[in-house]
Amino acid sequence: MLAYTLKRIGLGLLILTFVMVAMYAAVFLVPGDPATVALGPRATPELKRMLTERMGLDQPVWWQIVEFFRNALTGNLGYDVWSNRPVSTLVMEALPNTLILGLTALAAALLIGVPLGCLSVVKRGTIADAVIGVLSVSVIAVPSFVVAIYSLLVFAVALRWLPAIGAGEAGDFASQARALILPAFAIAFGWIGYIARMVRASMMEVMGEPHIRTARSFGLPEWKIVSKYALRIAIIPTISLVAVGLGSILSSAVFVEAVFARPGIGKLITDAVNTRNYPVVMGTVLIMTAIYVSITIAADLLIAKLDPRVRDVFRG
Amino acid sequence: MSSAAEASGTYPDRQRFPLLGALLADPFTCIALVLVVGFLVTALLAPWLAPYSPTKIDVLHKLQAPSAAHWFGTDHLGRDLLSRIVYGARTALMIAIVSVAIAGMIGLLLGIVAGYGPRWLDGLLVLVFDSLNSLPMIMFALAIITVLGAGTGTLIVVIAATSFPSYARLIRAQTLALKNSDYILAERLMDASAARIVFIHLLPNVVGPLIILLSMDIPVVIMVEAGLSFLGLGVRPPTPSWGAILYDGYTSIRAAPYMVVFGGLPLVLATLGFTFLGEGLRDYLDPRLQAGEPS
Repeated sequence: MLAYTLKRIGLGLLILTFVMVAMYAAVFLVPGDPATVALGPRATPELKRMLTERMGLDQPVWWQIVEFFRNALTGNLGYDVWSNRPVSTLVMEALPNTLILGLTALAAALLIGVPLGCLSVVKRGTIADAVIGVLSVSVIAVPSFVVAIYSLLVFAVALRWLPAIGAGEAGDFASQARALILPAFAIAFGWIGYIARMVRASMMEVMGEPHIRTARSFGLPEWKIVSKYALRIAIIPTISLVAVGLGSILSSAVFVEAVFARPGIGKLITDAVNTRNYPVVMGTVLIMTAIYVSITIAADLLIAKLDPRVRDVFRG
Repeated sequence: MSSAAEASGTYPDRQRFPLLGALLADPFTCIALVLVVGFLVTALLAPWLAPYSPTKIDVLHKLQAPSAAHWFGTDHLGRDLLSRIVYGARTALMIAIVSVAIAGMIGLLLGIVAGYGPRWLDGLLVLVFDSLNSLPMIMFALAIITVLGAGTGTLIVVIAATSFPSYARLIRAQTLALKNSDYILAERLMDASAARIVFIHLLPNVVGPLIILLSMDIPVVIMVEAGLSFLGLGVRPPTPSWGAILYDGYTSIRAAPYMVVFGGLPLVLATLGFTFLGEGLRDYLDPRLQAGEPS
C-alpha cells in the first residue's frame, strides 16, 4: 500500500510539473509577447515595459519557469497584472465560495440521488423504476449552465423567491444560504440522476448476494433489506466515483458562477482569461489542478484500500 | 444457415435492418432518433430553413416578443432569433465534426505509435495521455484560450487537445492487443515493413471502435462549444452559436425572457437526443456499459 501511495503521489507531482512547463512553453511559443497582447494595440512603450518587468518577461524563459516553481513552493504565485494584488490572496478569497458551492451541490445530489436509486431497486420492474430511470438519464444530459439559466429565470426573475446574483451579504448566514440554493441546485441537477443510476446499478448486483437472500428469508420488508443491508455494500463504488467526480463538479462551478455572478474561482479565472491576466490564470490553474489531482489521488487510494486487486496491479 | 433463413422468413424487415429495428422498438430511442435527425437536417439545410439572415441587424425591431413575423422573437440587435438558432445548429455541428475529426486523427496517430513503437516512447506517451486526462478539462481549456485568444479556431484546438488522449489510449490498447495476433506475426515473418503492417493491417482494425467513440463524443463537444461561447470564450460574435444566443438572452433576461427559453431549448433537445440515442445503441451493442458523468 505504501509503495502504491508513493507511486501515485509521485505521478501526481510529475503531472503538475508537466502541466506548468507546458503552459509556460505555450505562452512563449505563441507569436506576440504577452504584455502587448494583454495591453492591446494602443499601449504606450513605457506601459509595456513596466508590465514586461512586472510579469518577469525580461528574463530568459527557463529562468522564469524555475522562478515560478520556486515562488509557488513558498506560496507566492505572482501578482495580478492590473490590481497588483498577490494571486494567492485572490485565489484564497475566491476558493471558499467555490468549495462551499461544490460540496453543497454534492451533498444535495447524494441526499436526493441515493434514496432515488434505492427506491428504484425496491420498485424494480415497475412504472416508478422506469420513470426514475428515464429521468436520471435526462437530467444527466442537460448542461449545468442551462439548468442555471432556467432556474435563474424561474426562481429569481419570474417568482423572485431567491437572489439572482452574488454570494450573499458577508457575515449574514441566511443571505449567504439563500444565494447558495440556485447555484448548488444547478450543479446538483445532473449528479442526482448520475448517482441514482450508479446506486441502482451497483445495488442490483448486490441484491443477488447470499446475505440478502438470508435477510429476505427471515421475512424482512424489502425497503429494510435495501436500505440496511444492500446499500452498505452498494454505496462503496458510488463513493469512490463521487470522489473522482468532485473534480468535474468544480468544472461545472466555473459556468454556474458565471451565470450567478458568484465571486468564486470560476469567475476569477474567466475574468482573468478575458483580460489576458496571465499570472492570475497560471496561479489559479496551478491551484485548481493541484486540488483536482489530489482529489483523484485520494479517490484512487480509497479504491485501492477497499479493493486490494487494484494495488496489486502496481506491485508487479 | 437454415435458422437464419427461417428467421428472415419470419421477420423479414427486422432481419434486413436489425439495428434500426432494435432502436425503433424502444419509444425513447425513437424520439431520440427524431431529435438527432432533426438537428442534423437543421444544420445541413440552415440557409433554406432560416426565414431571415442570422446576422442582419434591425435595431428598430429589437427585443420583440414572438410573433407571426418572428416566431421566436428578435434579440437585442433586432436579429431574428429563429434564424440564429437554425444557423447555430450549423455552427455547433461544424465545430463538433471538425474538432472530433482532428482529435481522432491525433489520437489514431499517437495511439499506434505508442502501441507499435519502442517501449520508451510508449511510456512517455502514456505519461502525456495520463497527464492531460487527469487535468480538470475546463482549466486546461481556459489556459489555452488565454494564450491563443478566443475564437472558432481556438475552440477547435481546445476540444481537440482535451479529447485526443482518450482516443489515443483506446487505439493504443487496440494496437497492443493486435500486435501479437497470428496474422500480424505471419506478416512479420514474411518480412513485411512496419509501414505495411501499420497501414494495411492495423489501421483498418482499430478504426471501427474509434469511430463509435468519436460519434458518442459529438454531444459532449456541442455542450463544450455552447458553454465556452456562453462565457464569451468560444465562437466570436456575430457568428450564431447556441451558447452566444444564451448569453445574449441572459443579459436581457428581464426585458426578453423568451430569448433564454428558446435559446436553451435546442441545446437541451440536441443533448437529450444524442444521449438517448447513445443509450439505445449501447443497450443494443453492449448492455453492460453505463453512461458517463454529467457535465
